[in-house]
Amino acid sequence: MTDLIEMTGIGKSFAGIIALQDASLSIRPGEVHAIIGQNGAGKSTLIKILTGVYRRDAGDVRMTGTPLVVTTPREAQDAGIATIYQELSLVPLRSVTENVVMGYEPRTRLGLIDWKAAHARTREILARFGVDVDVTRQLGSYSTAIQQLVAIARAVSLDAKLVIMDEATSSLDDQEIETLFSVVKGLKASGVAVLYISHFLNELYQICDRVTIMRDGQTVATHDVAETTKLGLVSEMLGRDASEIQAAGLTALSGGHGDPGEVLLEAEDLRSKTGLRGTSFTIRKREIVGLGGLLGSGRTEAARAVFGLDALSAGAVRHHTGATLDTPAQAIALGMGFLTEDRKADGIIPHMSVRENITLALLPKLKRMGAVDRERERRLVSHYIEALQIKTSGMEQPIRELSGGNQQKVLLARWLALEPEILILDEPTRGVDVGAKFEIQSIIRKQVAEGLAVLLISSEFEELVEGADRIVVLQDGTSVSELQNPGVTEGALINAIAHHHERSAA
Amino acid sequence: MTEAIATLRGRFDPSRHGALLALVVIVLFNLAVTPNFFQAQTLFVNISQVATIAIVAMGMTLVIATGGIDLSVGAIMALSGALAPLIFLSDFATANPGLGLAAAIVVPILVALCCGVFNGVLVSVLGVQPIVATLIFFISGRGLAQVLTNGNLQTFTHPSFSYLGTGKVLGLPFQGWLVLLIAVVLFWVVTRSVFGRQLLAVGGNERAARLSGIPVHRVKIGAYVICGGLSGLAGLIVVAINSASDAARIGNLMELDAIAAAVVGGTLLQGGRAPIFGAVLGAVIIQLVKYTLLANGIADEVALIAKAGIIIAAVYLQQARKE
Repeated sequence: MTDLIEMTGIGKSFAGIIALQDASLSIRPGEVHAIIGQNGAGKSTLIKILTGVYRRDAGDVRMTGTPLVVTTPREAQDAGIATIYQELSLVPLRSVTENVVMGYEPRTRLGLIDWKAAHARTREILARFGVDVDVTRQLGSYSTAIQQLVAIARAVSLDAKLVIMDEATSSLDDQEIETLFSVVKGLKASGVAVLYISHFLNELYQICDRVTIMRDGQTVATHDVAETTKLGLVSEMLGRDASEIQAAGLTALSGGHGDPGEVLLEAEDLRSKTGLRGTSFTIRKREIVGLGGLLGSGRTEAARAVFGLDALSAGAVRHHTGATLDTPAQAIALGMGFLTEDRKADGIIPHMSVRENITLALLPKLKRMGAVDRERERRLVSHYIEALQIKTSGMEQPIRELSGGNQQKVLLARWLALEPEILILDEPTRGVDVGAKFEIQSIIRKQVAEGLAVLLISSEFEELVEGADRIVVLQDGTSVSELQNPGVTEGALINAIAHHHERSAA
Repeated sequence: MTEAIATLRGRFDPSRHGALLALVVIVLFNLAVTPNFFQAQTLFVNISQVATIAIVAMGMTLVIATGGIDLSVGAIMALSGALAPLIFLSDFATANPGLGLAAAIVVPILVALCCGVFNGVLVSVLGVQPIVATLIFFISGRGLAQVLTNGNLQTFTHPSFSYLGTGKVLGLPFQGWLVLLIAVVLFWVVTRSVFGRQLLAVGGNERAARLSGIPVHRVKIGAYVICGGLSGLAGLIVVAINSASDAARIGNLMELDAIAAAVVGGTLLQGGRAPIFGAVLGAVIIQLVKYTLLANGIADEVALIAKAGIIIAAVYLQQARKE
């Protein structure tokens, strides 16, 4: 049988940085095919090449045996490849019918839109998915799930042979996910192939036939889902040896922590609209608590909730002073800092100088009669520039001119200058060169020895395993287990993440 | 020689010093062309005219620095300008001249400050787009002023109040000194105070500012309140200059002059920068262009086109800097 889609030897680089190298993907007609991989593995680049958003540098794309030439998303759609994005690309203020037939409206003989035919066709298509809604109402008045189904209906109405679903379930509740899955099964039954991208491994086992694993811009393997184990998939995604992971096991984890200080903060059963479904952990003085888990497991969300950025729908954050934590300003006043993951969006003020960026969170303490105490400010700033070895032409240099690693050090200095009790570090060494990375890690270590408590989030397992005194493992917004150092190995951590997936699947 | 030019080019950044250069060009042009330009009288006229633009433009600069915009400044001027004569011409004020005069200055400015609070709360707490939020007073403020005065022109003779617009200190118009005073205070606020630092941080990166514990809402409201208060003051000055108050005309199109002056002065519309003296310079340029065309017998309508040209040039220079 000829494959519906056959991508081989695909290469793509952006400004000299290789995003894909010899990647491949084959999709059979009428199958549900999953692509998995960590962030930056090249999943979305590969798909964007397939849908005509990007142009490939090398490789071959065939559809049912003939070379496929698409240079725009519209051409891909005409060729029968429809994409349903995470962010729906529909028009919420227009009617359901208009959204389904947009661009392909049935016409009357006068060239006007034949609304009667359009409504009828929309109703008929939606009925095939078991959706019975008033097609003349605004799309935005329906739930996300219905909107997603409308997007799929639109795809099918365009005679799609392949429907690509990118993180389709991320904004749906359990009931809605069930509906979506039944639609996917319906598509499959009518011979339409589905390419499914998800961070949730459980979903794979529910609806997918085959899975392609990508890592570092390459295709690692393609398996029949029935023949895989979650442990195997996780180890392939991360590039670790499965048997090694298995051998390390969970039981090897023993040994206590040398010097446990008093409890500073306790997060109990945090639940939120941002995806926390029962996360609990404690942070004690003089220790680094790691949050482990795959992307989308709720690590950053947990940190944001603790820092008073996102509202909780249930659960509580208990600070040892008994004070409440509803806003970042309160958290900062209680001696907490939050080094965010996205340096550019949430960290630096690009126009401002190194000096102004370092003292941003400290302003209330530098205030003297309404003014900034410039002398103290300069003293503090030059101290931190030296202590953290920030490479800058001077404290007045705009931060945007610094390298990523030095920007990160400035932001670290912003929080250290507060002399915090608890510091949340979300991917503290991401996008930082090796030298700066080592420096940042040793600065953190030193501060912890002096009493700082750290909540560490890192996608680099080495950093977590070597750095954290304890690791709380999160999965789907729930804290599922806790590993205690010394004794944690990378294998053990991966195993803890994977094993729990096994259990929850059973 | 070419080397010298190259160094000069290196030093001279048109986006930073363009406004200053434009000012020099306009003055030189006037000295050569406009009759009686080099006269004390000309200076006085221009200072008294530029004061209101400069005062409002400084407030506008603060608002734009937060990433916002305030379209209601002209309407707030009309409101305060209509209120003042109502107060000092009232029976109460004629009975207590001192108190009446104080009330005629304090009350309109308080009302203007309240307008600023309204704008600020709408923008920050309720998250309304600044252009829409301030459109509310842009439309209703002038209407309110006209309702208060029944749409009548109020004329008056009140030497003490008129001092605001016609008084002289050390031989120069009073409102010129007022501009200087406000500029110095605001310059201090922007460059030295905690509020100023927070203002620029909010405009530079609002999310980062919030994460660093900066009271984003309060800072934004503060900017709109200062802008509203300054607009109120400008409204009083206009009325004082004319010894008459016409709610339909006070501050008409001031929002555009103020935005133009701020932009010409180097304020980035996306926020994060607040060059106070730049705004004053921008106001001076706009006033001088108006004057130049007027003094040479060119119609006011053409002056509007010239203003547009200046704005285009200023924006072009800003764009060039971004690259």
